[in-house]
Amino acid sequence: MKRNWWKILCVVLFLYAVIYGLSIEVPDLNRLHQTVRNLFYHVPLWFGMIFILLISFIYSIRYLSSGKEEHDIVAIEAVKVGLLFGVLGFITGSFWGNYSWGELSAWLTSEPRSLASMIAMLFYVAYIILRGSLEEVTKRAKISAVYNVFAFVLYLLFIIVVPRLTESLHPGAGGNPGFNIYDSDNNLKVVLYPAWLAYMLLALWITNILVRAKKIELKTLTNDI
Amino acid sequence: MNTFAGKLVREITYLIKNEALLELRQKYIFGGILLYVFSTIFVCYLSFRQIVDVPTWNALLWIILLFTAFNAIGKSFDREGRGLQIYLYTLARPQSVILAKILYNMMVMTVLTAVSIVIYSLFIGNSPLEETDFWQFALALFLGALGFASSLTLVSGIAAKTDNNMGMMAILGFPVILPLLMSLMRFSKNAIDGIAWELNYKYALTLGGINLIVLALSYLLFPYLWRE
Repeated sequence: MKRNWWKILCVVLFLYAVIYGLSIEVPDLNRLHQTVRNLFYHVPLWFGMIFILLISFIYSIRYLSSGKEEHDIVAIEAVKVGLLFGVLGFITGSFWGNYSWGELSAWLTSEPRSLASMIAMLFYVAYIILRGSLEEVTKRAKISAVYNVFAFVLYLLFIIVVPRLTESLHPGAGGNPGFNIYDSDNNLKVVLYPAWLAYMLLALWITNILVRAKKIELKTLTNDI
Repeated sequence: MNTFAGKLVREITYLIKNEALLELRQKYIFGGILLYVFSTIFVCYLSFRQIVDVPTWNALLWIILLFTAFNAIGKSFDREGRGLQIYLYTLARPQSVILAKILYNMMVMTVLTAVSIVIYSLFIGNSPLEETDFWQFALALFLGALGFASSLTLVSGIAAKTDNNMGMMAILGFPVILPLLMSLMRFSKNAIDGIAWELNYKYALTLGGINLIVLALSYLLFPYLWRE
């Protein structure tokens, strides 16, 4: 029980974010209206994704220095969870953008953050394909760890650099005001910050389960032989 | 420290000479890439004729250079045979191997970019270049050549470890090259439009920064790739 306190925290915060996020009084703004509630689902998904990809990056570095197979397993399972969160973040974002910015085709390719998310997908699908094309276990682990480190740093570079070079429709970028000025009574933050934590913990939890399942799979495989 | 840097420089010069020697022995590879550049531009000429619209002219130029880079750099690890590669690695540090390959690829890409821009403006036309700030445009081309070489060399090393070298090169390389390509296109379009350096320098800084980060990453990561 002691080691599992964070799972309980995750469930509590998650339920809080979902239930309170739907029932809370939100500022009724032009264009946004009730869709602003998506803030509690869309934004934390991205935080969860970046967080779990950071975990994967760290474990790839640890693999390169230690050569332990379990570090490699964490790296790949974390990437899978990151991709799941990325797809969900993309879908929630598309719904939101469709209602507040208009037709998808008008902003999907010019909006730097939707571009960045597509590039993240490209990176990590390429990572999975790279792993698929290598048969030998240690070779696969080492080469994909090298690519993972390279890719994550360049991806960070991309999400830091490109939004500053181009116009963006997102709040707080390209001349648009941030959410803070709409939000004089801090109503949204009460839900948003716990939601960030909840989604990060959720990502960690799913990764944890996947890693354990993979380890059991490997163990039974070696026992069979 | 001084001796380490000295050794590194000496090794790198030797390795670059070695690369150049191999290139001279296998002239058909470089000839093949030149032919590739020429035929790509010729196909574009047949389908577009002359282009006067600046954004299109600029985008097409960078797409051609991008594919040229993939072709030229994708081959940089399978030129020497497996045996020679292992022999090389017993003589030199992995850091000098990757730095030598990057520097050599930078030279090759600079030459290829120069050749491409000449053929490109001959066929597709140079009317968009009327108001161009020449030095800025030249800087964009040069930074582009350096950037392609530095970010694709490590990727080519990774792809060379798989069975499907060229295919993997494209899959792994495109996301890597995107931040660079987007800043490059913008920088060079501004240069073509003759926008002042005071407004445009931030793109050049970004490009230089990306180059440095990629160089540092290659330097740090290549030893692991090699010891596989």
